[in-house]
Amino acid sequence: MIEIISAAACIDCGKCVEICPTNVFDAVPGGHPVIARQADCQTCFMCEAYCPVDALFVAPCSSPAPPGTVFTDEARLAADGRFGEYRRWIGWGSGRRPGSLRDRNAELTELADPYLEGNPLA
Amino acid sequence: MARPTRAPAAVRDADVLVLGGGPAGTWAAIAAARVGAQAVLADKGYCGTSGATAAGGNNLWYVPPDANAREESIRRFERIGGMLTERTWMARTLELTWVQVGQLSRWGYPFPTDAHGNVRRSSLQGPEYMRLMRRQVKRAGVTILDQSPALELLADADGVVSGAGGVHRQRADAPWAVRAGAVVLATGGCAFLSGALGCNPDTGDGHLMAAELGAEMSGMEFSAAYGMAPAFGSQTKGRMYQFARYYRADHSPLDPPSGPAGRSAACRTALEGPVYARLELAPPEIHEAMRWAQPNFFLPFDKAGIDPFTDLFEIRFVCEGTVRGTGGIAVNGDGCETTVPGLYAAGDAATRELVTGSRSGGGSHNGAWAMSSGTLAGRAAALFARRRVAGPGDLHPAGRAGVIGAGAMPPGEVIGNVQAEVLPPAKNMFRAADVLRRSAARLEQVWTDQVPQLGGDRGRQRAREAAALAAHARWMYAAALSREESRGMHQRDDCSATDPAQTRRLRVSGLKTVLVVPETGS
Repeated sequence: MIEIISAAACIDCGKCVEICPTNVFDAVPGGHPVIARQADCQTCFMCEAYCPVDALFVAPCSSPAPPGTVFTDEARLAADGRFGEYRRWIGWGSGRRPGSLRDRNAELTELADPYLEGNPLA
Repeated sequence: MARPTRAPAAVRDADVLVLGGGPAGTWAAIAAARVGAQAVLADKGYCGTSGATAAGGNNLWYVPPDANAREESIRRFERIGGMLTERTWMARTLELTWVQVGQLSRWGYPFPTDAHGNVRRSSLQGPEYMRLMRRQVKRAGVTILDQSPALELLADADGVVSGAGGVHRQRADAPWAVRAGAVVLATGGCAFLSGALGCNPDTGDGHLMAAELGAEMSGMEFSAAYGMAPAFGSQTKGRMYQFARYYRADHSPLDPPSGPAGRSAACRTALEGPVYARLELAPPEIHEAMRWAQPNFFLPFDKAGIDPFTDLFEIRFVCEGTVRGTGGIAVNGDGCETTVPGLYAAGDAATRELVTGSRSGGGSHNGAWAMSSGTLAGRAAALFARRRVAGPGDLHPAGRAGVIGAGAMPPGEVIGNVQAEVLPPAKNMFRAADVLRRSAARLEQVWTDQVPQLGGDRGRQRAREAAALAAHARWMYAAALSREESRGMHQRDDCSATDPAQTRRLRVSGLKTVLVVPETGS
């Protein structure tokens, strides 16, 4: 779930408010957006992908991080390079190559083929 | 129940209104615009991030135009789809997918090149694909309404669908209405707000809107799809588990420990207690390829400090309903016409039985179907709108459940009651008549006692979603009770064999009372 909007990094562009598929954020006139409905966050990481300045951190958990865990420790997460991690993987942002150029799913499909036969959910 | 008086909606006119901005909706809007229609696309969330594809991605059912290769693939999927598919639809879907992937390439989708210098076009990364689709929708001149959930369809005096109305949820639920010559429902499947990756916008709203005007569903019994996710998270992506071995809490391996049968064993064992997995069957030389194939599978593990190749991690099974299942609004014609005039269905909102039968379409067949059904529906809707003689006169709003009630019932209560019957694998994955009957009875109660009280002026989207979940669950279990056999993902513990006499699709319809009828000629 979304845990942090970094006040130090956020430029109030409103992109996270605009693109969130479950409408988790609220815009604040003259201020940073706020996480208004964390319970509606579906942990899809799309806001991390779209934030142009890597100001957001979405924790890997599908429920709110208990206080005191690393997932709410902005300084520690920043030091560990955990902001904007998804955006790096998909290669968005200036000077980056789209991650899809390195997509190896086609090869994995060939490996997965026998697996498909006995599995109605594959 | 009286319809509450509300502020008048801001009205727009269009030839075609598309509800939903995932792959099916975007392809539909572009197809409609291509044949000259003025199209409006309304998305509950944001066209580009909404739905299962943007958050996940597609490994498409993608076969080059080689007659033998396609015939072989069709035969194969007929067999593993329980012989409920339709050859003409499969062939059409393969062809259109091929054509539209070529289009994506010309639009600049960055496809990878393999070690032999071949461009590989069978996989689409979700964020990249849907960002591109949004751009193309805009370039086609389509008006996009983001964060604007549709609540109900509008129909003319003859019952022809002529638009829809909804709210702008980031503008204090200000109402909107679009009058249109035809409507395409591309609102996705229904995963019951289970938290499966990217699926929470998919609450079956379109199905309910369609049913209110008499549309039929098909394949609703194939709704027992469950995704595997790490217990802490939401990443219901199955592909990497082909490399998994499964363990009990005491670290003893399951029997069998891996493969499709291992997955089934993991489902069963999870009913009793925790199950763990580890991707230990992946040879180290492909770890890097796996990461680049599905970066968002690995991202949560990285963030959680878990190495899924070497560490055991607990898994859970998350209901994906008719998103990864195949049931949906029945289509009656080559242009994805529903049984209601002026109304078209595409993508996961429509049944995918025609191309994937009783087996999950996952991202592959569902992805191919989204492209092709979206394209066909958009074009057909545009042509229908063009043929309509008079412009729509007085239109009546068709929404009932969750729209017109007084609002005494908190949506969360209805949602919780529905979820209690459809999310637990013990009820929905491993099915049996007595359990299904009990659940169906409870859902009946929810529908008759609680749903009519949903509504009011606050949180209109949530009230409607709660009603849609209840309707969806009722159709699912009515169909599941009618199919007294096991086939594909519909597994009945009380009749575990496949019965050749039941090799036919089931149509489900109705809101007040639910009717299940075998499809004639299937």
